[in-house]
Amino acid sequence: MQFRQRAAASLADAGLQSKLVSIKGKFVDKRAEAVRELPNFEAMREAGEAIRDLVLDDLDVWLEEFERNATARGATVLWARDGADIRRHVIDIARRHAVTKAIKSKSMLSEEADLNGALEAAGITPVETDLGEYILQINDNEPPSHIIAPVMHKTKDEVSDLFERVHRRPRKTGITEMAREAREMLRAHFVSAQMGISGGNFLIAETGSVALVTNEGNGRMVTTLPQVHVVITGVEKVVPTLEDLSVLLRLLTRSATGQSISNYVSVLTGTRRPGDLDGPGHTYVILVDNGRVGLVGGEFREMLRCIRCGACMNHCPVYQTVGGHAYGWVYPGPMGSVLTPLFVGMEQALDLPYASALCNQCGEVCPVRIPLPELLRRLREKQVERRLRPLGERLALRLWAWVAARPALYAFGARLAVRYLRWLAGGDDRIRVLASAPAWTQGRDFPAPEGRTFRESYADGKS
Amino acid sequence: MEPREDILGRIRSRLNRDARDAPAAQHRMREWLRARRQGPRPEIEADTPARFAARAAALSSTVDAVEEIAHAPAAVARYLAANSLPLAAVCTPQVAALPWSAAGIEVAARAARDEDLVGITGCFCAIADTGTLMLVSGAASPAAVSLLPETHVAIVPVSRIVPCMEEAWGLARAELGELPRAVNFVSGPSRTGDIEQTIVIGAHGPYRVHLILVRGA
Repeated sequence: MQFRQRAAASLADAGLQSKLVSIKGKFVDKRAEAVRELPNFEAMREAGEAIRDLVLDDLDVWLEEFERNATARGATVLWARDGADIRRHVIDIARRHAVTKAIKSKSMLSEEADLNGALEAAGITPVETDLGEYILQINDNEPPSHIIAPVMHKTKDEVSDLFERVHRRPRKTGITEMAREAREMLRAHFVSAQMGISGGNFLIAETGSVALVTNEGNGRMVTTLPQVHVVITGVEKVVPTLEDLSVLLRLLTRSATGQSISNYVSVLTGTRRPGDLDGPGHTYVILVDNGRVGLVGGEFREMLRCIRCGACMNHCPVYQTVGGHAYGWVYPGPMGSVLTPLFVGMEQALDLPYASALCNQCGEVCPVRIPLPELLRRLREKQVERRLRPLGERLALRLWAWVAARPALYAFGARLAVRYLRWLAGGDDRIRVLASAPAWTQGRDFPAPEGRTFRESYADGKS
Repeated sequence: MEPREDILGRIRSRLNRDARDAPAAQHRMREWLRARRQGPRPEIEADTPARFAARAAALSSTVDAVEEIAHAPAAVARYLAANSLPLAAVCTPQVAALPWSAAGIEVAARAARDEDLVGITGCFCAIADTGTLMLVSGAASPAAVSLLPETHVAIVPVSRIVPCMEEAWGLARAELGELPRAVNFVSGPSRTGDIEQTIVIGAHGPYRVHLILVRGA
């Protein structure tokens, strides 16, 4: 199924529509407030862009530097070309350390690899611990609808019902009480799991560290309590120094949730040291390609700057109207509309580059200044170049080009069309139903022409 | 081919690396690492302790202040009593030598356990910009003491309050050399906004973070 069908289903879903309306603007207002506090936010965006670009322009040497420093401090660095490599690595590690249960902090890479299914099949129980991801997991592994607010599509009442059914405890109605119940359910897992799996917001080349940004504290649990910690993150996430990390953190949390800093920022380096009283004895960092390398140095390279804040989707009028599930894969909104075709294949996501009005709200708020509308337009171009557009559209455009190259014929056609449309309007100043393209007039009217073409009027004026 | 060689090889070929270019890339990297350039940052008022206290309070921490470090245990006892919390805590070995029993608090200096209700820590330093504690893991400061208990009390010497994260990294390099296993920046009690994007305090980490500023330390 393509975006068009899923978006239509979202629009017809009255429950989803009322939720989307009620949360619309929450993230937008919070970001605006946080940005207003900083007169030099634009300078920060430019600095963030520069840091990301300088790494991506020499990605090979930065990755080797990260690997060297991480390894020197006791972490094991592994590489994964695709989801299959990720699954193989994680299951190998789990078997090596006799793991039966893995607690997980949110990781979009693990969604890319469909890791939970593979873990279960291997006899290892994965437990999602981010509140949103936990809700999705106990609701039969429902997919997330937002990269940082995965259950944005659910109301509190739906969560109440779900908790009552799954936890078999008296129904809670307040969000605070529900959060406490989830905390109680998950504590037992935190203290008993042998392995923690997390994503990584940034990799710091200078120190070989992984930076993790969370609010709930689950990320800290996952990376502190079990004996084994596995980080799964993209090869593009490297930043050079701790100073560069500081710049990007300022951009990330303000753009994502409007926070000046998230509750917890953990910078994790190597494994437990001699004398340490807690912390994992084994740390693995899996560096993942899964389509990213194909963007290096190419015409979509700007997309690799992305720090996954979600601001582009929060500000996108299309996302605000249809929600995240309509986009069909792991990443929704404008960044998803660029990444999905590039990661899973253009043929698989023909609609996505068109799931945008190219209004550039996303480009305006992107903390690392990714020209998202320009990238979407480039993807549309690619579709034409690769002859992926529908035959009817291709023929129509070819016909139009043929006519447009013949001025006399074009003028004649325009005269005919203008008179036909005027006749269709029947004296009104607008056409309510366009017979040849009724879908176009479903939500708007077509303005009726006055009766003569521009060229006719121009010729009159001159004589 | 092994994934590592495959991935790095494809990156190199996409970047048109050749024998001439590779040393230049190495050089660019070394230069950037050496320069450690600082980027733009928020403007911080000169009174960093006031900024720290105001920001921490805005992020739902509570803040108290004492004149000298020996007074900290009594302040902790007052806070625990006022909030009907037990006068028993796990603490980091770093702060174990303070006069806790004189203040009526029973402390155990060790790694935290699930059943601990109160955790008491020091801090490596604190950041005025965002009202943030910087905690570093180590034999004297296990990481989970600030994480597992529902209440986290931290003792913050005013002399250790720095303007921004950049200064915190500077201190870490100067005093620790290489980074410890975990540097944790803590900015208030744990929270979640996952349900209806409504922020509630108290997710998996502490419900309460109480800060005791020590002016004479």
